[in-house]
Amino acid sequence: MTAPSAKDTSRPAPAAKAADHSGHCIELGANAPLRLDCGTELGPFPLAYQTYGTLNAEKTNAILVCHALTGDQFVLGPHPVTGKPGWWEIMVGPGRPLDTNRYFIICSNVLGGCMGTAGPAEKNPETGKPYGLDFPVITIRDMVAAQKLLIDHLGIDQLFCVIGGSMGGMQVLQWATSYPERIFAAVPIASSARHSAQNIAFHEIGRQAIMADRDWKGGAYHESDDQPLRGLAVARMVAHITYLSEKALQQKFGRELQDRKDVTYGFEADFQVESYLRHQGISFVERFDANSYLYITRAMDYFDLAEVNEGMLPQAFVNTPVRFCLISFTSDWLFPTSESRTVVHALNAVAANVSFVEVLSDKGHDAFLLDEPEFHATLEGFLNGAAEHRGLTWS
Amino acid sequence: MVVGGPDHEGQAALRSDLRIVADMVEPGSRVLDVGCGDGALLAYLGHVKQVDGRGVELSQSGVNACVRHGLSVIQGDADTDLKAYPSDAFDYVILGQTLQATRNPKEVLQEMVRIGRRAIVSFPNFGFWKVRLELLMTGRMPMTDVLSYEWYETPNIHLCSLKDFISLCDEVGVVIERGVVLNSGGRDIDFSPGGLFANLFSREGIFLVRRRDSSD
Repeated sequence: MTAPSAKDTSRPAPAAKAADHSGHCIELGANAPLRLDCGTELGPFPLAYQTYGTLNAEKTNAILVCHALTGDQFVLGPHPVTGKPGWWEIMVGPGRPLDTNRYFIICSNVLGGCMGTAGPAEKNPETGKPYGLDFPVITIRDMVAAQKLLIDHLGIDQLFCVIGGSMGGMQVLQWATSYPERIFAAVPIASSARHSAQNIAFHEIGRQAIMADRDWKGGAYHESDDQPLRGLAVARMVAHITYLSEKALQQKFGRELQDRKDVTYGFEADFQVESYLRHQGISFVERFDANSYLYITRAMDYFDLAEVNEGMLPQAFVNTPVRFCLISFTSDWLFPTSESRTVVHALNAVAANVSFVEVLSDKGHDAFLLDEPEFHATLEGFLNGAAEHRGLTWS
Repeated sequence: MVVGGPDHEGQAALRSDLRIVADMVEPGSRVLDVGCGDGALLAYLGHVKQVDGRGVELSQSGVNACVRHGLSVIQGDADTDLKAYPSDAFDYVILGQTLQATRNPKEVLQEMVRIGRRAIVSFPNFGFWKVRLELLMTGRMPMTDVLSYEWYETPNIHLCSLKDFISLCDEVGVVIERGVVLNSGGRDIDFSPGGLFANLFSREGIFLVRRRDSSD
């Protein structure tokens, strides 16, 4: 079931392919606009979200799932654009760690996204055309501020848990610092309190690939029939490598050739790994907007919880009532364990309630999306323990 | 594993040295268990003494077992991860059978009495007569029930006797409030600093300590 709401318009949400997402979409910021970090005021603006499970009478069993850079609100499938399963089917559902028989799962498309929430692909009400680069630059804090308006709208005083991996983990940490009294538990997975120089560098390559595509047209490609698909595909290919581990790539592809016995002495996709990456790039552009990619990667780059606390990360968490559980993966070199450990040390410095597990995995950063039994068991145990402390019971 | 079990079962299942440690902890206090293993002591303290407990554990299997059972435990080690905690953050910092495995036991002890108003330390006594006798008779590194590793693979790199520990406490300004020693039969006896034979007849010691203050 989904959350009842009189304000739901359930209108088709425009995105990369202007598909009918058949999900919830509400209008936020109509009475008071959302003041963004960049100084611009946004509102009214649409926010698209999905819910799974049932909200209990006390409204105490809600879990907000925060999606990563290229994720969206469709935690469970089928995805309205691709028809594929949702991105976290392995984690969410009856009997899964995020058990929909117990919890009310909420996931919204982030601000700047392209699946129905306000973003550069969305129509600017002033011009009637897609914003393009006229959309204000948004931050992780802005994304979370918009989510908080959604939680207000749903009438939930306190989320039982906020959980997410990668950029989703950044949102979790932002929730814990912006609205600590509104969440009981926080689970940032494979994440960081600030985007590292290396990660900013990889994002910059992706953005340059998009902006170097002639079809990008200074961000105004929506006015033509073309889209900077080649640039966006290259951006995805680069990023995809960072989500895997060297070992995983080697094991999966090695030096195997693609449908041929010998190399061609040319520049076709001779190797399986090349073919795989090209496929990743091509399938990505079917569902994602190039300008959205620019905006969301920028939001991640700007994220630094210490910076806004005079360089002192522990200051962000002083007197926090939140129960934290941080999880990292041994082979993740994009958000390595040291990033999680920095957050753990900051939480220790304010004697916060924190658990931290580094999971042995050779699946790289993407491990948080995959079948890792140790990870799932840990998460389930933490949620059970937190539920006990929160006084949540199920018949 | 006592986690989640009824109180009386927890009591029965707790290892004898852990039970002595648990008896030193006031109900309702804040406890950090360094080297908490599978969380048996933390779970017991939480259920029986309503303690607000946290743990630090080096092994992934240990941490995962703890978190799976709803305990607040981080993966870390005594040598590097105690520095992050603020002073007086806990009522008790517990280090069970781990001091001898740290790289810098002196610093660890100092950190423990900084972040905890009290610390509880237990360790195997290398002055125990069986250890001495084995070295004397065989001429080889002693292996006992408590110290069961070959010399080349033991994690116990900084073994000490009761006397050594007492002298370290004195040197770094740590006051021993209470001591309990276990004899070879596992029976616990109150430790008195003036006693002549504890260092010879105890296989392990458990000490409740705090940092020296102006009243000492």
